[in-house]
Amino acid sequence: MSTQSLESKYTEEQYSEVDQYQPATRTGRIANYVDTRVGGTGMVREFGRKVFPDHWTFMFGEVALYSFVITVISGAFLTFWFDPSMASTRYDGSYVPLQGVEMSTAYSTALQLSFDVRGGLFMRQLHHWGALMFVMAMAIHMLRVFFTGAFRKPRELNWVVGCTLLLAGLGAGFTGYSLPDEVLSGNGLRIIDGMLKAIPMVGTYISFFLFGGEFPGDEVIPRLYSLHIFIIPAVILILIAVHLFMVVTHKHTQYPGPGRTERNVVGYPIGPVYAAKAGGFFFVVFGVLALLAGTFQINALWNYGPYDPSPVQAGTQPDWYIGWFDGLLRLMPGYIGDIPLEFVIPTPWGGNSVATPVLVTFLPITALLLGLFVWPWIEAWITGDKKEHHILDRPRNAPGRTAFGMAMMIWYFVMWAAASSDLIATHFSLSFNDVLIWLRVLFFAGPILTFIITKRICLALQRKDREIVLHGNEAGVIEMLPHGEFREKHTRVSDYELYTLVAYESPEVTPARPNAKGKVGLLEKSRVRLNRTFFEDRVAPVSREEYIEALSHDDHGTPAELPAGSVGAIESRKS
Amino acid sequence: MKALSQKRRHPLAAVALLLLGLLLTGGLYAAATSINDAQATNAAEAYSASDVEEGERLFVANCATCHGINAEGSDAGPSLIGSGAAAVDFQVGTGRMPMQMSGPQAQKKPAQFNDEQTMQLSAYVASLGSGPAVPDEEYLDVEQGNIARGGELFRINCAMCHNAAAAGGALTEGKYAPALDGVESRHIYAAMVTGPQNMPEFNDSNIPPEDKRDIIAFLKNNESQGVPGGFSLGSLGPVSEGLLIWTLGLALLIGSMVWLTSRSS
Repeated sequence: MSTQSLESKYTEEQYSEVDQYQPATRTGRIANYVDTRVGGTGMVREFGRKVFPDHWTFMFGEVALYSFVITVISGAFLTFWFDPSMASTRYDGSYVPLQGVEMSTAYSTALQLSFDVRGGLFMRQLHHWGALMFVMAMAIHMLRVFFTGAFRKPRELNWVVGCTLLLAGLGAGFTGYSLPDEVLSGNGLRIIDGMLKAIPMVGTYISFFLFGGEFPGDEVIPRLYSLHIFIIPAVILILIAVHLFMVVTHKHTQYPGPGRTERNVVGYPIGPVYAAKAGGFFFVVFGVLALLAGTFQINALWNYGPYDPSPVQAGTQPDWYIGWFDGLLRLMPGYIGDIPLEFVIPTPWGGNSVATPVLVTFLPITALLLGLFVWPWIEAWITGDKKEHHILDRPRNAPGRTAFGMAMMIWYFVMWAAASSDLIATHFSLSFNDVLIWLRVLFFAGPILTFIITKRICLALQRKDREIVLHGNEAGVIEMLPHGEFREKHTRVSDYELYTLVAYESPEVTPARPNAKGKVGLLEKSRVRLNRTFFEDRVAPVSREEYIEALSHDDHGTPAELPAGSVGAIESRKS
Repeated sequence: MKALSQKRRHPLAAVALLLLGLLLTGGLYAAATSINDAQATNAAEAYSASDVEEGERLFVANCATCHGINAEGSDAGPSLIGSGAAAVDFQVGTGRMPMQMSGPQAQKKPAQFNDEQTMQLSAYVASLGSGPAVPDEEYLDVEQGNIARGGELFRINCAMCHNAAAAGGALTEGKYAPALDGVESRHIYAAMVTGPQNMPEFNDSNIPPEDKRDIIAFLKNNESQGVPGGFSLGSLGPVSEGLLIWTLGLALLIGSMVWLTSRSS
């Protein structure tokens, strides 16, 4: 905003009027004093009138932000007492079952925080529940964005920022989980160490680099601490700023509805109601977390004992968001029949072993994470859609995407569930081995079945929508006509509802396009194949003709008066 | 000596030497293991002849179907000769025996016999051959136990199956290590000495009776100290915590979201 534009906007008198303005009340004087120095009016005018659409599913991002803030605040409290040192000490705090036990300073200060610092255990639990909620809120937020197609142009880059935030959240969570240096987290680090060492050639070097020598060494916890309290939170903060800036630039997406177009945003301004609601929602999230932290124990690190590489404990799992890595390791067999999957490459220095069972688990991880990042471009490539989208898809109206997303979700769920295979076995009185076998079957069959079933469900729901538009809802009233015919009465849906049911884009199959040389390449062929899987059995939205035709079938016989609005809704459709 | 040196090239000398060596090592091994056994049974209670007799009667009526009429075992159940009183006290005292149904392992249920009958059954099985005896009261007195040491021993020897908070865990093929909450001290002790079901045996040279007492003291302390942080969620670790945030946590959030975005109209 340059001075020139301001000069042209206001006259000299107006300026002096503002300058000499004297508020009547004391509060007014204070407010004016601050405003003339900070320029709050401009900010309120700019941001306070920013319009946001209203839907409960839009609030998961807010939950993520708030739980992150709460986690940062409670984490700052923890840093006052926690000492991430691996130096050996003898515990002499007030927890009797560990008194006199040799342990690292990190573990003993974590115990001190839990038992000897006033409110320390509550803050630790708040921090941990906050972290679980942070990642959960991000995950659900991304699922919402995915299934409504909010990642499409122009928001692809913000989707990438979101993916990076999710990864940073996983990193923050895992580094934090590892800090107390008890047996549970030590085993988690041991698995990471094992996975690093499985990388051929360089694995051992990477592991030694991270741990400062052979695992566990005495350097890894201070290093993870730097990452956990400094580097990763800083990355998350910066990315959140970028993310929100982009949300403001792109404006928020909205669900389809009357009056909502690709060119507007229908909703309420931030100030004053939304600001109050959002501010209040922070305290709702805080309240939920405080309730959990105050009533449910989380990470009872005093049970696990000081880390020692020899013991392993039943029920050793990572936090939920790392669970699928653990699950993959459980799913992957080390042997098929009697044939070991691990093998040794003979070398002059005695052979390098290749830990295939561990290496294979990297494949689904890479596929899922990489796929997440590049999905906006993959979808745009399949659909050939280069338009901007600000109106969201109802998941049923994009059957291909919804089915694919569900398939990937089920794939993830199987890996996730595998991490709790032992508890599934004990709590449902099943054989642990059978649980694993079934999960292995589901690992391959689950996504395929899910894709087919979800797509069928979406198409069925679309047909149901068509049915409702064309014939209305069954009223539950049976009429007898003068000539004796029985007929069920249908009530037409309101124009408002009608709009939501008919106003959506329904892309058709795009045939193969030859390239500059006039040839249809292999890539284009596979694009068309995917495109066909997405769209070939599409259910077309109700057209104007169909609707008028349907109205004429109504029980009054002739379409005497057409409800103008409802046909208008159909005409306003983009496709 | 002369006879010995003359016969040293006898064709059977090597065989004799081998036999001698085997006898010696075998004898020593037998002696060593019986010392262990002797240690294990050092707390033998004096059972009266009538206890044994009554126990035999109970055994024949309730156990012999699977364990054989003379406790020699059958296809359905193992031999109990040498199992010792502690094993019977554990299996019958916790209701695992008589077994309700075949399965991956015998499950805990309300005891089918009273204390006296259990003692009589123990007396009978103890009379069949030497085995671990019911533990002395001295080794069950948790007041004398060292909780911190017991905790260390528990984490090294027991937690891999029973979970760090003794909440139990899965084994292969439907077998499992049960939760130890509320298990009587003598049964914990007996389980360590006899290794019931799929549990390994921790004899007295492996974990001395005093150490067993420490472990029991640790477990009893865990039971009585309560849960410092609120509801324990079964002490199952991150899985139950993750489940809670995805159910209760998410439900509370969605509830408040729907409430916040609902219009008053």
